[in-house]
Amino acid sequence: MWWLEPLAVALGLSAFGIYSFWAALQGDHYAWGPYLSPFYSPELFGNSSHALFGPPPSWWPAAFSMFGVELHIPFSPAFLILWAPLGFRGTCYYYRKAYYRSFFQNPTACAVGKPWKSYCGETAFPLILQNIHRYFLYVAIVFIAFLTYDGLKAFTREGPKDYVAGLGSVVLLLNAFFLAMYTFGCHSLRHLVGGHLDSFSDSASSCTRHKIWSGVTCLNERHMMWAWISLFWVGFSDVYVRLVSMGRIADLRIF
Amino acid sequence: MPDKYETHDCDVLVIGAGGAGLRAAIESSAMGAKTALVCKSLLGKAHTVMAEGGIAAALANVDEEDDWRVHFHDTMAGGKMLNNWRMAELHAKEAPERVLELERWGAVFDRTRDGRILQRAFGGHRHKRLSHVGDRTGLEMIRTLQDKGVHQGIDVYMECTITRLLMDGGRVVGAFGYWRESGRFVVFRSKATVLATGGFGKAYPVTSNSWEYTGDGHGLAYRAGAELIDMEFVQFHPTGMVWPPGVKGLLVTEAVRGEGGILRNSKGERFMFKYLPEANRKDFAADEAEATRWVESVLADSKPDGRRPPELSTRDNVARAIYTEVKEGRGSPHGGAFLDISYQPADRVKKKLPSMYHQFLELADVDITKVPMEVGPTCHYAMGGVRVDADTCVTTVPGLFAAGEVAGGMHGSNRLGGNSLSDLIVFGCRAGRGAAESAKTASRPTGSLDRQIDEAAAEVNAPFGRTTGEHPYALHSELQEIMGSCVGIFRTESDLKEGIRRLEALGPKVRNVRVEGSRMYNPGWHLALDLGNLMVISEAIARSALARPESRGAHSRLDHPNYDPHFATVNNCVKQNDTGGMTVRETPLPKMSDELRKVYDEVEAMSLPAKA
Amino acid sequence: MAETREFQVFRGDRSGGKMETYPVEVTPGMVVLDAMHRIQATAAPDMAVRWNCKAAKCGSCSAEVNGKPKLMCKTRLDALPADRPVEVRPLRTFPLIRDLVTDVSWNYEVNKKIPPFTPKPGAVWRWKQEDVDRVQEFRKCIECFLCQTVCHVLRDHQKQPVFNGPRFFVRLASLEMHPMDGLDRLEQIKEKSGLGYCNITKCCTEVCPEDIRITDNAIIPLKERVVDRFYDPIRVLFRKIFGSASLTKPE
Repeated sequence: MWWLEPLAVALGLSAFGIYSFWAALQGDHYAWGPYLSPFYSPELFGNSSHALFGPPPSWWPAAFSMFGVELHIPFSPAFLILWAPLGFRGTCYYYRKAYYRSFFQNPTACAVGKPWKSYCGETAFPLILQNIHRYFLYVAIVFIAFLTYDGLKAFTREGPKDYVAGLGSVVLLLNAFFLAMYTFGCHSLRHLVGGHLDSFSDSASSCTRHKIWSGVTCLNERHMMWAWISLFWVGFSDVYVRLVSMGRIADLRIF
Repeated sequence: MPDKYETHDCDVLVIGAGGAGLRAAIESSAMGAKTALVCKSLLGKAHTVMAEGGIAAALANVDEEDDWRVHFHDTMAGGKMLNNWRMAELHAKEAPERVLELERWGAVFDRTRDGRILQRAFGGHRHKRLSHVGDRTGLEMIRTLQDKGVHQGIDVYMECTITRLLMDGGRVVGAFGYWRESGRFVVFRSKATVLATGGFGKAYPVTSNSWEYTGDGHGLAYRAGAELIDMEFVQFHPTGMVWPPGVKGLLVTEAVRGEGGILRNSKGERFMFKYLPEANRKDFAADEAEATRWVESVLADSKPDGRRPPELSTRDNVARAIYTEVKEGRGSPHGGAFLDISYQPADRVKKKLPSMYHQFLELADVDITKVPMEVGPTCHYAMGGVRVDADTCVTTVPGLFAAGEVAGGMHGSNRLGGNSLSDLIVFGCRAGRGAAESAKTASRPTGSLDRQIDEAAAEVNAPFGRTTGEHPYALHSELQEIMGSCVGIFRTESDLKEGIRRLEALGPKVRNVRVEGSRMYNPGWHLALDLGNLMVISEAIARSALARPESRGAHSRLDHPNYDPHFATVNNCVKQNDTGGMTVRETPLPKMSDELRKVYDEVEAMSLPAKA
Repeated sequence: MAETREFQVFRGDRSGGKMETYPVEVTPGMVVLDAMHRIQATAAPDMAVRWNCKAAKCGSCSAEVNGKPKLMCKTRLDALPADRPVEVRPLRTFPLIRDLVTDVSWNYEVNKKIPPFTPKPGAVWRWKQEDVDRVQEFRKCIECFLCQTVCHVLRDHQKQPVFNGPRFFVRLASLEMHPMDGLDRLEQIKEKSGLGYCNITKCCTEVCPEDIRITDNAIIPLKERVVDRFYDPIRVLFRKIFGSASLTKPE
């Protein structure tokens, strides 16, 4: 039964990958009232009220030709930002394990033979680039701020003083929470906040760092769990906003 | 007929790579001697890794009033004054330096709040004295010494068994052995040789010791003409696992009782109150209520309230109590007593006793945070061993040194928990120094060693040539059965005589042991060769026990249940006589210097910590 | 009403061998090592098995039970499927000596090449428990080499010449994170130990009988320290400008 886990991981990641690509391609139905799908947040340019810098930029190529075929690239605000979460998760130490095993069969499972002969690990291009994980982390932390803002904003309707709550508000706030749990359990963060120190008690600052490091460690121990929960939830958030925006379901009003 | 063999020359040969052997090799190598270290197993697997509780050393990090005098006193009192006082003195004085040295070499001990080495309480120690690393102190020690040693240029010969010491004019000049892997022979030529082979628990059916503990050093020294002392004192640890059968004897650390573990029989009685010796009953709680108060103070991390629970009596006493309860029909289902720590919060048990928790859960399906453990006595440690000079660790044979469990005298009739790890590093260091000094002036043997080597090779090869004879596993079981039933925790003259008779009958069978297969990594053959040493020490234990008609420390004679003042002044000494037989004679105990006597009396008179 | 189970044990040496079948009478709570001992005592006295403490404290009795690297002394028979024979083989990654015993001497060679603990000059030997919690976890290692045998870099790709394996990343981490160790070990960790070959697929952590979180607590933190020194473009640039001392050992 050693193949069960890699298979499940492969199916899970593939399903998410296909859905998110499709959803990003839509460029529509990503917002409804105060709700903004996390696939589209922060919305730099776009047609919704959430756009930070106005409508789609004129420099976006409407079409270009390749091999003599005219290709239309529909504008989608998602394309401007999805590289960040993709890069963060793609270089994440947990996801690396997951896809090295289930897609690259390197190894498929422990003490199980594999089809490859040559191997250079993460010592050469392109995998050596995994080492820049911390830069994606920096961006991911900025995203947490945006998504938290989105989550809180989802509790308002007409103006900032008008508090309401729909199921979508909860979904989006939870999304920010789950992503934060995942992001703040990052191995790189654990290193940066204190893991690089050899002594945690030689100064007041290192004592503080030890406390932060311990907190990150606590989340880090469940990094895999948060990785999957947040992955599922970010997809679910998009589905929810999309269906509400398309009018397929009505947002459940809590108060 | 002469088999081919390889030869290695060194100044100092150390046999055994546990704590004592490694420490000796490090010292001798640091003094510039070319040092070879031989071990039966892989490096770092020696029995030292099994040590759990800690290293006793009067660092006084936790209890400020501790110092070497108190440690010396406690050691002598624990050994019922039969210890070699000079060894006890050196041990108490030098242990702190040796522990600090381990730290300088990379050992990572648990810490006090102010950043020093943390020390814990143990049976028989007046103060909190055991520096430790959770419940894996031995592993920390051996790994530290191992890493120090291999980077210091010691030549390590792993999985190599020594079967004979080579002699030249009454001096040990080397050793003969075989590689376990290939069965090929190897000769070491040395100027000085250190025995650090540990004990002999494998003579008993229920033991906490590993297969290596076959008394090799005792046997080698004995056959080289050295004297063995105090062989009757075999420590039975009161708490070993009794079930399942595969792990019977596996150690349950004393720390369980130190943390408040309660012993009960099948009727639910807390029986240890009954078994406290009159002499020190006053040091223990008078009733369950007081014992409970003490445990509650431990749980609260505060100053002791009340006196210690009776379960913290010395090891010999608790072992006898459990044995008696079982024998009188009040034992647990699998023939032990119940040791209960489950009344304490589960988290605390898991934190303080992690390996015990896992050991019982994984091996016995017992969750010790929910139900009591079943425990019974298990053969644990040899107080007796090769007689050595306290300062240099030289034996009575020139060129031969001994340190650690294989050496006798340090612990007298009963060892305190924690004193063995400190023994290893204190006397390991001294033996290494002694051997390196001795090697400086020694010269290579004048005569040829060929005849001895041929003899040794023939002896080692012999079991393969036999067509009759029994298998080693059967003989080993028989030996263990004899020792368990006739020379166990409680001894009587008739049992001991019966044991000696049966050992004598077993002798010819062991000498005619038969082995199948080839010499390549053949455990049956290895055991067959180890049996010879086990026979020597078994006989030595039985004869020494017979020659001490009193009860003292770990030696309990049902027919002589009390101290005999005469035997407070003598050690039993075992030596091979001219005809190859075994002689046991009494030798006078070295007389303690007046100065130390005064130290002892002063500490004895000191008031113990305030009691409720 | 003793139950009997079938064991298939590899018997042979470098010149070849095969799986031999032995029926063994089992008792409650029995572990695989007990069964091996019973086979030695009854059917095959010369069967080679390496073991010592039989209490999961020494790490000698490593073998592959039903294809998984395990300590035999810790593997209960009742945890193995009862409907098929128990298969016991020697560790695959190391050269066979005989039967279940392999030549693990390579590991000792690697250890020798790791510079020993070297105290900082003028070290003050005071430190707090929280300083050494990490190091103490690494020092729980009993050198059973199960992590080495399961690691695909060694097992399937034989990178022994350039890759030290999880055991020694744990060892290196215990030195690198020791508050008193004064050596700069990152060059060694990256270049000589081959940390980059590890693709953190965590099999070492899965098999560790001491539950050391090898990947998360030793290997990845070492990788991050290596990033600090060699791969973080801003830090590298910073060091180029302000000199090498400024960011190598923070604080």
